[in-house]
Amino acid sequence: MADAAITVEGARKRYGDKQALDGLDLLVGRGTVHGVLGPNGAGKTTLVRILSTLLRPDGGRVEVAGHDVVREAGRVRLRIGLLGQHAALDEELGGRQNLEMFGRLHHLRARHARVRADQLLERFGLADTGRKAVKRYSGGMRRRLDLAASLVTDPEVLFLDEPTTGLDPRGRTEVWASVRSLVGGGTTVLLTTQYLEEADQLADRISVVDHGRVIADGTADELKARTGGDRIDVVLRDGGQLGAAVALLPFPAEGVSVDTDRRLLSAPVTDRMTALAGAVRALEEAGIEAEDIALRRPTLDEVFLHLTGDDHRVKEAA
Amino acid sequence: MSTTYETSSPGTYGAYALADCWTMTRRELAHWARQPVQVAVGLIFPVMLLLMFGYLIGGGRGVEGAYVDFLVPGMLALTMAFGLEGTMLAVTQDLNKGVIDRFRSMPMANGAVLVGRSAADMLQSGLGLAALIGVGYAIGWRPHGGPGAFLGAVGLLLLFRFAMLWIGIELALVAGKPEMVQAVQILVWPVGFLSNAFATPDSMPGWLGTAVEWNPMSQTATAVRDLFGGPGGEPGHLWAAAIWPLGLLAVFFPLAVRRFGRLSV
Ligand SMILES: Nc1ncnc2c1ncn2[C@@H]1O[C@H](COP(=O)(O)OP(=O)(O)O)[C@@H](O)[C@H]1O
Ligand SMILES: [Mg+2]
Repeated sequence: MADAAITVEGARKRYGDKQALDGLDLLVGRGTVHGVLGPNGAGKTTLVRILSTLLRPDGGRVEVAGHDVVREAGRVRLRIGLLGQHAALDEELGGRQNLEMFGRLHHLRARHARVRADQLLERFGLADTGRKAVKRYSGGMRRRLDLAASLVTDPEVLFLDEPTTGLDPRGRTEVWASVRSLVGGGTTVLLTTQYLEEADQLADRISVVDHGRVIADGTADELKARTGGDRIDVVLRDGGQLGAAVALLPFPAEGVSVDTDRRLLSAPVTDRMTALAGAVRALEEAGIEAEDIALRRPTLDEVFLHLTGDDHRVKEAA
Repeated sequence: MSTTYETSSPGTYGAYALADCWTMTRRELAHWARQPVQVAVGLIFPVMLLLMFGYLIGGGRGVEGAYVDFLVPGMLALTMAFGLEGTMLAVTQDLNKGVIDRFRSMPMANGAVLVGRSAADMLQSGLGLAALIGVGYAIGWRPHGGPGAFLGAVGLLLLFRFAMLWIGIELALVAGKPEMVQAVQILVWPVGFLSNAFATPDSMPGWLGTAVEWNPMSQTATAVRDLFGGPGGEPGHLWAAAIWPLGLLAVFFPLAVRRFGRLSV
């Protein structure tokens, strides 16, 4: 890609005898949002730390905004913003003090640093908490301040390492809104997450990472299509009727999985509304009582099981 | 976002090193402003030690002349030595905070974090010296040398503190975790007390006296006593009191800077 904001070719990093990155490749176009999706321990944080010059790769080529992260770390640092997995703020100081300090360290003039801090506090809904010490902030506020701190000088490339892990649903929605508002401004965003839904909500393209390498990439829809798309879950009142339900429900039998303990059957669907209506009608006609019927996206688990070819759930059902 | 601001152009950020150091020093001062009680306790502790040894414990085995003239310079040197603990604790706490990652991902001078730490610690040590000297005056201690000798003594004390500071930074970088600081405290206390702060080496058993005499802190205390014109001073010790800290600095300063640069790489 001629217009790549991030280029990673065969990146390797080893901790002791643990190969955290094992020849990882990644190409992120300028002005796009790229999701890096993977379970705990996949190597996401290691990748972000290498991209943001905090960690030296053992091998491979890694460029951010056209500069090598090892040989031209200084140039890279001028162009990036980082929201690490854990808050990177001075907890003893207030929000405004933090932002001013980071502005000064980006070599803004004193007055500019002050104006910029006020702007960011305003924009992230923190204007009235500017003096309070960060250690007294709620998780969501802290995350938003952290995000503000990574935007002090409008970075070309922004790294977000699991930006919503540990937040309650409200905090998550707030952070998502903030990330979306960035995208229009032309910033390239690389975002890591354990949640398919988050990547789905925010990212243009997704790389699925496991054991330090990319095992699949594409748009969210492409990935989900490869996994079988949405699913329907039906919980019956009487677990003994599961077999009968599988037989009469209008779903192709090969994708259906059954969990007798939870009296649950789960099946892939193509058209959400038709599937839902069809299931309700079929159960009603047969006089089988359902406790719950729900449509849902595939979980990361399912995408994962599918991509790694470990389809034991489906086998169980057969 | 439409606003743009003047920032450094690529490659010139080295020129901003001084500004970065100043920003990091101001960060430490802002911490003080938010925790005045902690700062006050840090100043009061050595004063309490001085009063305790001056009035409660007495002592001064082997001292000719007024014990207070022997004790105050000793306490000044001891306070500088114990500063090592404070530096260590602050550095380990800082390094275990997430904010260090942000600093390291920014286009700022690499060592500015350490420079900010040392500037703040030196300032606090200066205040600590002033507090001790003031209380010393109040309990009857008087420097007998001239103003030049007085400044020389303060200079030697701060030089010693500066050496302790970089030892503290290096130990903190090696130890890594705040919990490890306790282990080092156990080492710092005997080094502090196995000195001539409270008694002359002549009054101690042979081997102990020798160890105490070689303790760099004793060198500083002896030279300072000489400059203040009190008992326990020996003129020849000025050089030793200058060379010991400089030698320690020559070892620990580059070690600490290098180790900091290599952090987490
Ligand atoms: N400092 C470290 N020392 C040793 N092993 C590490 C270190 N950091 C990460 N690892 C290991 O490297 C692998 C990748 O970790 P990480 O990049 O943090 O994954 P993720 O962010 O996707 O959860 C994990 O197995 C983790 O245990
Ligand atoms: Mg991680």
